[in-house]
Amino acid sequence: MSSNRTIVTEADPIFGRLTLDSIPYEDPIIMTTFTVVAIGGLGLVGSILYFGKLKYLWEEWFTSVDHKKIGIMYVIVAMIMLFRGFSDALLMRSQQAVAVASESGAGYLPPEHYDQIFTAHGVIMIFFVAMPLIVGLMNIVVPLQIGARDVAFPFLNSLSFWLFVSGALLMNISLFVGEFAATGWLAYPPLSGIEYSPWVGVDYWLWALQISGIGTLLTGVNFVVTILRMRAPGMTLMKMPVFTWTSFCANVLIVVAFPILTVSLTLLTLDRYIGTHFFTGDMGGNQMMYVNLIWAWGHPEVYILILPAFGVFSEITATFSRKRLFGYTSLIWATICIMLMSFVVWLHHFFTMGAGANVNAFFGVATMIISIPTGVKIFNWLFTMYKGQVEFSAPMWWTVSFFLTFTIGGMTGVMLAIPAADFVLHNSLFLVAHFHNVIIGGSLFGYFAGITYWWPKATGFTLDETLGKWACGLWTVGFFMAFMPLYILGFMGMTRRLNYYDNPVWNNWLLVAGAGALIVLCAIAVQFYQMFASIRDQKSNRDWTGDPWNARTLEWATSSPPPFYNFALLPEVRDRDHWTDMKELGLAYKRPSKYQRIHMPKNTWAGIVIGGISLVLGFAMVWWIWWLAILSGVAMLGAWIIYAFQDDKDYYVEVDQIEAIEKKHFSNLGRVGESVTEDLESDAVTISV
Amino acid sequence: MLFDPKGPVAEQQQWLIIVSFAIMLIVVIPVLIMSVWFPYKYRSGNTKEEYLPNWEHSNKIELVVWTVPILIITALGILTYITSHSLDPRKPIESDQPTMVVQVVAMDWKWLFIYPEYGIATVNEMAMVVDQPVEFLITSDATMNSFFIPNLGSMIYAMSGMENRLHLMASEAGTYKGMSTNYSGFGFSGMKFNAIASDKMQFDAWVTKVKDSPKVLTDDVFKALQVKSRDVKPLYFNNPNPLLFSDIIEHYTGGLNVE
Repeated sequence: MSSNRTIVTEADPIFGRLTLDSIPYEDPIIMTTFTVVAIGGLGLVGSILYFGKLKYLWEEWFTSVDHKKIGIMYVIVAMIMLFRGFSDALLMRSQQAVAVASESGAGYLPPEHYDQIFTAHGVIMIFFVAMPLIVGLMNIVVPLQIGARDVAFPFLNSLSFWLFVSGALLMNISLFVGEFAATGWLAYPPLSGIEYSPWVGVDYWLWALQISGIGTLLTGVNFVVTILRMRAPGMTLMKMPVFTWTSFCANVLIVVAFPILTVSLTLLTLDRYIGTHFFTGDMGGNQMMYVNLIWAWGHPEVYILILPAFGVFSEITATFSRKRLFGYTSLIWATICIMLMSFVVWLHHFFTMGAGANVNAFFGVATMIISIPTGVKIFNWLFTMYKGQVEFSAPMWWTVSFFLTFTIGGMTGVMLAIPAADFVLHNSLFLVAHFHNVIIGGSLFGYFAGITYWWPKATGFTLDETLGKWACGLWTVGFFMAFMPLYILGFMGMTRRLNYYDNPVWNNWLLVAGAGALIVLCAIAVQFYQMFASIRDQKSNRDWTGDPWNARTLEWATSSPPPFYNFALLPEVRDRDHWTDMKELGLAYKRPSKYQRIHMPKNTWAGIVIGGISLVLGFAMVWWIWWLAILSGVAMLGAWIIYAFQDDKDYYVEVDQIEAIEKKHFSNLGRVGESVTEDLESDAVTISV
Repeated sequence: MLFDPKGPVAEQQQWLIIVSFAIMLIVVIPVLIMSVWFPYKYRSGNTKEEYLPNWEHSNKIELVVWTVPILIITALGILTYITSHSLDPRKPIESDQPTMVVQVVAMDWKWLFIYPEYGIATVNEMAMVVDQPVEFLITSDATMNSFFIPNLGSMIYAMSGMENRLHLMASEAGTYKGMSTNYSGFGFSGMKFNAIASDKMQFDAWVTKVKDSPKVLTDDVFKALQVKSRDVKPLYFNNPNPLLFSDIIEHYTGGLNVE
């Protein structure tokens, strides 16, 4: 953290590198944050204990393998981390708004602190906000959309979540104990090597990403299998809802790309821990290898983030245009094209490394080719609205805002894909503006749209529409104000990651950008208030039907929130828009005459316990506390073996319990005037409405 | 700065950015208009417009929405291929003047310039002659950096153990800002230098000024330079070791040759 602290480089047998001096007492910003977090944390734990909710949380949430609950927990953690990541953004914007000077020490954040902030901002926003938001949405929606009872490997899903939480916690511990990496979010060597980053920052980065990355990899395996093997009868691949399709492609990318991250991190770990030279200049080590490897993961990662968002927009556009999706087949093929192409463009992240003209031209053209299927998708959504009856609900606001923002981001992306143009735009604020333009305007707006759209499905009540539109409006205005100036600054030659600068002309634009960030702050405040107000007023926002938007796909056929088994009887799918098909045929809300018992997985302690121990392992490795690292490694393995030998993993939900739950749902449907018809063909188990 | 090009490379890049931007507007503007116009025109409650809930396919539209982007990308792809070659940083700039070689070393956190033809070296200041091409040979003695003079165009990475080549030329006299654009540690923001472009006479005067400096770039002086320092003011040195640049590269290759 600070340059005057003694950095311990010898490991003590008990405490490793950890000393009392590792806590940054002298930094008022960090200590204030620490106090607030500590008081808040104690208050939270205190109130959980005071109200006796610990047992409830443990039994219903922490040990749950229910994909819907795991999804909700992902979204909650992501929103908390968004708060942290956005605080970092505000610190950066305010530092750059004041730091006009020709010498180091300008503004209120010294480089030692500022450089950790921009690193943390990138890491948090990608790994601990965008990823959990999208994994959370997939968890909530995908099994429902394909008519499955849960994911293929429910325990693995729980483990993925807790590994992710463990990574997020480890990363946040670095704020208060030690330091975080000050290397930029991808930690290029040699800067991230032990010679230039001797203390714990990069190690926190390595272990936080390694642990959560393995969680993500397991999620990928889980969802690929779920989508391929657990679809309802009749749902062929080309009848899958688009969100499931795009999630499938994203998960294939996870399965193929995340091992590259795991390996790159491992090699860098070896360089830092046992003195190998994979990436540092000696014994044939090569920093360019790291840059290639990290982007061979990093570029597919971008599509992991955006593809599911494309799926969200497809569902929303069709639903609120009251129309079938235009060009489903070409949209799916466009998605598959993007998925495949995303592996042959990684070099465009470093055209300026000095590859030959032909290599650069190849990757430039490959990158541009990706924009063709992407452009086709946008046209598909536009022509879905064409000759429709577009209803301007909050999810649709996000969608239209996405069309406007993302198109501009895509255009600047193609400009950056021209190597000769990239030679002057690379690493400038133009680049920063571009990737925020696609990640915020594309991915994040997509997740917010998705959260608004599926919120009633997950919780049983809708989010406040007016506040949702305000949030979208403020986000859009704030985004344009915060990032359009950065494009201009990029053209003026301003580089990213500057702690101070001596050009007073830049300052005006940075002030505008800072004001934009404040508007985004208002937008986030409105979002949190929207959730709070909607939870408070949930009685008046109840969704009794399970289908608040008059939507089209299978997940809306069950109640909101769905019973833990999702569907009492698995549906027979005939059409892409299964639920619309059912409604048109008059088969919706049909009460089955007979139920069958349902096979379900049991909750398990193993996910949270193994995930929890992985946090200890990560911490021990960061601080070179070898005995604890070995102990926790053995404990993780032991816990897994104990779980593996446990026979009691599943059970059957009996018919009378299903009947009781379903009866309640049908009586709720009757309450809002949906005509519930009985299936008269078979001998009836009559349920009075 | 970028839109204030002072050399042929930067000029071509400015042209390239404007042309590619204009080509893309052919598709971007209609999309932006349609994004607002379609949902407005087909808003629910507007019963004047046709409503086709089951209309989901049209070969004509598919043809257009695939063809138009393909044509635009074909045009841009050709432009990309041509400019990747014409603006290749390794490609010498055509001129009737002989190319001047400047060796550049990124250090923690300053730039070292070595002029082998003149037997001088400088820190955080370099000079060049207007209309005379310069070949920068670039390496790093520390972390990865990127060498960039925005007014003159193209940047390229400075990496230890490797030599990168970059050809630039100034077509107008002036003092231009140079910088590192690849984050390299705490002193990164101060890793700036001045690139002075002037006529031959003034350049020679600058060389003499550097030569008049009493400091000699001995091994010890170089070791002192390797110590981390921030916001370094320009320094002038005499008689650098002629092998200094290749020694720096070799130092990071662990005895393995860089060829």
